[in-house]
Amino acid sequence: MRNLKNNLKEILRYPSAIFGMLIVIALIVLAMYAMLKIPYQEAIRLWRGGESVWYKNPKNVPPDWVDWFTKEKLPRSFAVKVGDEGLTKIVKPNEKGISEVDFSYSFDFDYDKYPQEMFLYFNTTYKEKNPFVSVLMVTPEGREIRISDFGVSHKQTFRFSQETKLKRRLRGLDPMVGIFSVEKSDPPVPLKGTYQLIIDGLVFEEGSDIDVEFVSHGQTYGIAGTDHQRRDLSVALLWGAPIAIAFGLIAAIGTSLLSMIFAAIGAWFGGWIDGLIQRITEVNMVLPFLAILIMVGTFYSRSIWTILGVTVVLSIFTGAIKTDRAIFLQVKESPYIEAAKAYGASNWRIIYRYMIPRIIPLLIPALVSAIPSYVFLEASLAVLGLGDPVLPTWGKVINDAFSEGALYKGYYYWILEPAVLLMITGLGFAMLGFALDRIFNPRLRGM
Amino acid sequence: MTSEVQTQTLPKVASKKGFSSTLTRVAQFMGVRILLLLFTVVVGVYLTILIANMGGYVDTIMKNEIKERVNMTVAAMTANQPISTEVRKQMAAEMIALEEAKLGLDTPFAIRSFKFLGNSLQLKLGTASRMLSDKGSRTVRLIILERLPATLLLMGTSELFLFFFSVFIALKLSRSYGSLWDKLIITLSPSSSVPPWFYGIFLILIFAALLKLLPFGGMISAPPPENTWQYIGNLLIHLILPASSLVISSLFISIYTWRTFFLIYSSEDYVEMAKAKGLPDRDIESRYILRPTLPTIITNFALLLIGVWTGATITETVFLWPGIGRTIYEAIGLYDTAVIVGTTIIYAYLLAATVFLLDFIYALVDPRVKIGSGN
Repeated sequence: MRNLKNNLKEILRYPSAIFGMLIVIALIVLAMYAMLKIPYQEAIRLWRGGESVWYKNPKNVPPDWVDWFTKEKLPRSFAVKVGDEGLTKIVKPNEKGISEVDFSYSFDFDYDKYPQEMFLYFNTTYKEKNPFVSVLMVTPEGREIRISDFGVSHKQTFRFSQETKLKRRLRGLDPMVGIFSVEKSDPPVPLKGTYQLIIDGLVFEEGSDIDVEFVSHGQTYGIAGTDHQRRDLSVALLWGAPIAIAFGLIAAIGTSLLSMIFAAIGAWFGGWIDGLIQRITEVNMVLPFLAILIMVGTFYSRSIWTILGVTVVLSIFTGAIKTDRAIFLQVKESPYIEAAKAYGASNWRIIYRYMIPRIIPLLIPALVSAIPSYVFLEASLAVLGLGDPVLPTWGKVINDAFSEGALYKGYYYWILEPAVLLMITGLGFAMLGFALDRIFNPRLRGM
Repeated sequence: MTSEVQTQTLPKVASKKGFSSTLTRVAQFMGVRILLLLFTVVVGVYLTILIANMGGYVDTIMKNEIKERVNMTVAAMTANQPISTEVRKQMAAEMIALEEAKLGLDTPFAIRSFKFLGNSLQLKLGTASRMLSDKGSRTVRLIILERLPATLLLMGTSELFLFFFSVFIALKLSRSYGSLWDKLIITLSPSSSVPPWFYGIFLILIFAALLKLLPFGGMISAPPPENTWQYIGNLLIHLILPASSLVISSLFISIYTWRTFFLIYSSEDYVEMAKAKGLPDRDIESRYILRPTLPTIITNFALLLIGVWTGATITETVFLWPGIGRTIYEAIGLYDTAVIVGTTIIYAYLLAATVFLLDFIYALVDPRVKIGSGN
């Protein structure tokens, strides 16, 4: 144990190890944050949700921070409903059950481009006579643009850009351009400042009410952008972290521990047991690893846990078992094992208490270095379309982006975000493992 | 990979008495070795057959599909004829039986799997159930042969370059250990934890999407250029990105591993001795470092050569490169067992043959190794 502590101290002498360790810690924090912020079931519900969950988001827009790299500021997306800050609702009762329901929302617009689309989602209650609304937009110049006047049914979606009359009033301009430009400018120049949306509603019945949600699809969204199904990529990017770490860790630990135990058993007992383990290893080396994983994914189950299990089983009997065995064969001859035999220790006691602890310092670097390959294995399978059907993972985001032709269409953020995260994860563990290898492996020390 | 072959070289048969002549010893050793390797191949291939057929479940899928297809055909054929359902059913049943017999589905899977194994071992790869070669043939051999050049071109170029380049650089680095370049390689070697297809994505992004210099993927433009030289040029342009991603992904770790390996050997006493004698660097490198490490270098080279066979499934998929790796992936998607097993058996044979030959090559290049000598 003290030896281990000394080794840990030594790690701090390698800058790459410190760097790798920081990355790993950051990843673990990210994973914990993801699991606390979005519970597992909620993450799956969100990721599998369709339009009804994600209607507020524009399709395929980059994250908000692309502004930093472009000269022109792109409009962000937002959605407000009654009860949110800034959106006021005033109800003024008149006689005969008629009442005015007025909404007003002020928002800043200081962008150089126009939003994709704006929506009003109405949700009204009435028995016979439906309420009536007129929608106005007040620009920073003080110009009042009449958007539309219409009767509202129980559930109604109003799209600004599909309003032909509005388009005519705006001299044929697209409503988004017309509303957010300096009046009579040609070509249109965006007018920056505070805009006010006013909805004057009238209800004609006792107990009748109007509820509205104002949604603007900008050209950027949130911290991660959205995909082709309007999903917020941050869900998948956040949840990708715990899944990647869990897959990598479980596979690496499972594989290295099991192959070490099998190697120890083979080396200790020798004879037919050793022979059997050797033969299994040789057969396993003939088997096409990736092809079998693809087969399992295609034929049986694409669940990440099945794939994980098969990965571990196929990776036990590989070159690692031969390396471990060679070391155990040396350990087996050492005097302290003789001593253990002499005092009458059982076979299993010798294996677990005397042989395996000897190899652990060699095992740890190998284990840490193996993690990236499993993390990337999950991503590789996802890129082949064999990702887990329910879980949001980094690999699946890359696969979605790839199959939607993100690289051709220029949605670079869509591939770069998960790719960079994967790369950081891989490099973090690899750097740590690499440094550990140089520390624990005396032959490499100083080389 | 190195260690595994080295342990396999440990002679399996010890001539206990030591009287028997070298010839019988070698023959005995070879016999046992071949038997063991054959056993490995047989078991490995049979397992692949079982997995590729889902333990017989693919049969059920095929049968259902035949049933559905035949019923549709019969319904279409007899749509305008006054035939009773009985007759119709009988017609369908006959046709189903015929189709099943054609694919051999009438014999139980357990028997068929062994027949399949026997045929595979004799390299009778049979016909694919769904896949077609580009020329329209169903013969597995032709499908594989058609895709082989693409894989050989991509993997061969990148792997050979990678091998010779990294051995060469590593040898130089091991002589200038501790230099800036040496440190740079050590620092960069964790980059190899990232698989080639991943670098591929970045390369496509930079060189195809942003700079528009190189194609996104594929092996040849459509329509292919008619002039031979233009054709080769076009091929090379398409080769740059996939080959670079394969090279980049293993370059640094490869150099690092070789460098460390050479470093261990160049700290041997006899190398110090040679240095003390004042031998030129070239001689030290070739005679005192390369010579004793030759068996390992050869092993790695041989394993690299057969590794080329399986192709790089995901890199080929990302770059739409029509090689073996992609073929295996497509075959699995189509439940095409014959193609999957076909590629596996060839790989198994290549591996077995290489391992077998390596024993002899060892004995040739390393005087310390004696075939079949005692433990």
